[in-house]
Amino acid sequence: MAERWRSALLLCLLMAASSLANSETPVSSSTGNETTGTGHETAAITTLPIVTWKWHHVEVPYLVALWVLVSWLCKLVIEANHNVTNYIPESALLICFGFILGGMIWGADKVQTFKLTPTTFFFYLLPQIILDTGYSMPNKLFFTNLGAILIHAIIGTCWNAATLGLSLWGCHQGGAMGNIEIGLLQYLLYGSLMAAVDPVAVIAVFEQVHVNEVLFILVFGESLLNDGVTVVLFNVFDAFVSLGGGAIDAKEIVKGIVSFFVVAFGGSLLGTVFGLLISLLSRCTKNIQIIEPGFIFVLGYLAYLTAEMLSLSSILSIVFCGVCCQKYMNSNMDENSIQTVRYAMKVFANGSETIIFVFLGISAIDKTIWVWNTGFILLTLFFILIYRFIGVFILTWFLNRSRLVPISFVEQIIMGYGGLRGAVAYGLAVNLNETKIKEKNLMVCTTLIVVYFTVILQGVTMKPLVQWLNVKRAATVDLTLVEKVQNKVFEHMLVAIEDISGQIGDNYWRNKNFEEKWMSRLLLKPSARKKQDRLFNVFHQLNLQDAMEYVKEGEHRGSLEFIRNESAFVDFKKKFGEDYEEAMPDIMAVMADDQGSLNDPVSACRRDPVPSVSLEMHEQNMRGLREAEGINSHYLLDQHLYKSRKQHRYRFSRSHLDINQDENEVQEIFQRTMRSRLESFKSGKMGVAPPKTITKHTKREPQPKVQPSARFNRKHKSGIENPVNPVAPSERAQVRTPGHLHRLASLRTSAQPGDTVRDRNLLTPPPPPHRDDDHL
Amino acid sequence: MNPEPEPEPRLNLCVIPVSAAVLLRLHQRFQFLDKDSRGHLRSEDLEAELSENPIGDRIVGAFFQPGQETVDFPSFVRVLAHFRPTEKNRTRDGVQPEPANSRNRKLKFAFQLYDQDRDGKISRTELLQVLREMLGLQVTEEQLQSIAERAIQEADLDRDDAICFDKFRKSLEKVDIDHKMSVRFLE
Repeated sequence: MAERWRSALLLCLLMAASSLANSETPVSSSTGNETTGTGHETAAITTLPIVTWKWHHVEVPYLVALWVLVSWLCKLVIEANHNVTNYIPESALLICFGFILGGMIWGADKVQTFKLTPTTFFFYLLPQIILDTGYSMPNKLFFTNLGAILIHAIIGTCWNAATLGLSLWGCHQGGAMGNIEIGLLQYLLYGSLMAAVDPVAVIAVFEQVHVNEVLFILVFGESLLNDGVTVVLFNVFDAFVSLGGGAIDAKEIVKGIVSFFVVAFGGSLLGTVFGLLISLLSRCTKNIQIIEPGFIFVLGYLAYLTAEMLSLSSILSIVFCGVCCQKYMNSNMDENSIQTVRYAMKVFANGSETIIFVFLGISAIDKTIWVWNTGFILLTLFFILIYRFIGVFILTWFLNRSRLVPISFVEQIIMGYGGLRGAVAYGLAVNLNETKIKEKNLMVCTTLIVVYFTVILQGVTMKPLVQWLNVKRAATVDLTLVEKVQNKVFEHMLVAIEDISGQIGDNYWRNKNFEEKWMSRLLLKPSARKKQDRLFNVFHQLNLQDAMEYVKEGEHRGSLEFIRNESAFVDFKKKFGEDYEEAMPDIMAVMADDQGSLNDPVSACRRDPVPSVSLEMHEQNMRGLREAEGINSHYLLDQHLYKSRKQHRYRFSRSHLDINQDENEVQEIFQRTMRSRLESFKSGKMGVAPPKTITKHTKREPQPKVQPSARFNRKHKSGIENPVNPVAPSERAQVRTPGHLHRLASLRTSAQPGDTVRDRNLLTPPPPPHRDDDHL
Repeated sequence: MNPEPEPEPRLNLCVIPVSAAVLLRLHQRFQFLDKDSRGHLRSEDLEAELSENPIGDRIVGAFFQPGQETVDFPSFVRVLAHFRPTEKNRTRDGVQPEPANSRNRKLKFAFQLYDQDRDGKISRTELLQVLREMLGLQVTEEQLQSIAERAIQEADLDRDDAICFDKFRKSLEKVDIDHKMSVRFLE
């Protein structure tokens, strides 16, 4: 609580400071002639100034940085209390904060000096948000539903624009709006800028609601792809307004339609080209891994700007750039780079979104745009809602006739209600030409009111509505291996059936041959191509999970679980060399670093049977010892929340990144274990085996925390040193070890109960599990 | 195997739930596949249609009853009927036989793709074979065995080292079978 007040106070101080600074500007500029920033003209000063006040020198960047800070502090204040954000979406609260801040500025200056200008918005704030959405788009889901998305985006938006414009004009003719000077064309222009569903607002609101994936992708995909239509409509009607009503004939209309195709497809194509460029680039950046993450940002932004330059749809361009490159980037880049990219994207996107909403709030407190026309505003609101619902219902009815899984009525309601307008509409409105459109201020004001209405009101009521209507929510379970295998089987099955029955269905396009043969060969690193198979990656990850779990259990219990199993030694090279060499080259390097004497741990182990734990646990089938608890390795690991690399949960949360930061943890523990095992082997060989005590027992919380320093701590041996001696597990340890992990433990059962570690001098290996022989 | 006369679409629609239009289309397809107009298909006819498919031969095999080498039109339709999208509103009294495209039957079909020897269980070797076909050359033999072992471990609750149909169905209860095993045009 105190923190919040402190931050609020800080905010106020900053606000005062900035407005003060602003009011200083006219002062300093007048004295600029005398004490210019360069300080060349020293004629006016009489003595050497020790310190000068160089405000205008830093004015612009200072203000920018200050505003970014202020916006982010607002977010800090909001997020301090989660109870509030459960009911009111963050975006609504940010807008409210914007109101307050705007009020303060206006109070100080009597004029709104800070506004969300279209340039700032379209060039500096929007691109990173869209890039983030494109990069984290679930491709498969997106392309499966692409038909529905396109229909809603194109036809839906056109419908919205046309009906809104025409209805408003009709009402105007009917006299509902009093005396304003807006012609039919201007109404249509206004309709086109209000028609588009806004991706920023959609994400901001849906993020907290967690509807099921299909519904989300439909609304969200529509909000992204409708930019193509919006740009075209806006430009066409803008041009028409300039030309004047008389010059519009069939030729112009045809050109308008053609321009749609050019803009939309051109933008997408441009984005795809840039995406492929990035992928190609990522293939070659092995030696500059430190700036590898930066390329996507630069090239993504260039894609955006290039499309703007060519008057194509910039949003489409950057979306497709992200969509195309994600697969190849994730395969080609180093693990650290991937994480960096993800984090940086989220930071930028989240930050921008915050700034946008705060400024949307601030921009409202501006007397110049307060033109109130009850009829216009209320009718706009009313029509927007109505026509959105009607449009969604009609289009979905058409779509459902050819969809395999129809969109239910409840989902349609949510789709209709989720048609939020946002900053894009505002940006377009401010871009209107005042000379041609006399009522620009009215339009801007109405746009703002609509935006507030949708973001605040619809945002707040969205969650209760979803709950009330019992919409199917997002699934949060990972797939088991059987399910994964089966999914693959289904895919192949469907392809075969479609072949046999001679139909070209959805699955025809999924036939990956083209992609695998050409694209992958071109765009993926050779090493990445080998590791592609998803099933294998799952298995790989599950093995790692098991290893982690095993080590953790061992540490937890305190007793030594590691059994020397000489009869089933791991063929180190085969198991670890090939698989891990490429996946974790650093481990080999690390081990080489640390083991001074063993220059090449890999080959050293190859030479001698390493009495290591067999991580190929399945080969020791100890079915008989499976615990009655029946703890399955998957579900036990809920506490670890490890997720395989290819299975990032597609949650469009701006604030949660379920990423595989665990890799570092995994590798670190792996390193340590391997290291200690090699040491134990070494000392075991020399016959000296004083039991090493556990030096530092860092209790690791079972939450995935980023350990960026983990890999750099190679020389600094913190953490747990595993006791060297091979000891049979205590009775209790045996009992407690989860079922499957018993395969690692020996079958030795002690005569006496009790959990003391016994038989330290036990050097004879426990009897190998008897199943080993008749197994496979 | 006496060659049956050209079947007309006069089949009992209760048992084979495809509409008449679809039946006609399938009949035309059947005739197209049956290049020599023999009235039945052999496995080569079907295999010729498949593009590179790792489990293609199994699927073709699913068309044929055990021991038979040809498939006639009713069997052809019967197998394809499994892939009809499930209708949710269909009410069934207990008397009617379970429609071919019910979730249960679809799962059974999938199950039999694994269980080639029809003993009602997917043994580890059978699972291994399927995995081998699908994962191909990317994975070594031991890894395949480990994957198979693990998959069985996940699904196998009564520890007999094989997956019976019930367990199979249980392990897939969260998967949207209806979506994943339906071909739209067969409605």
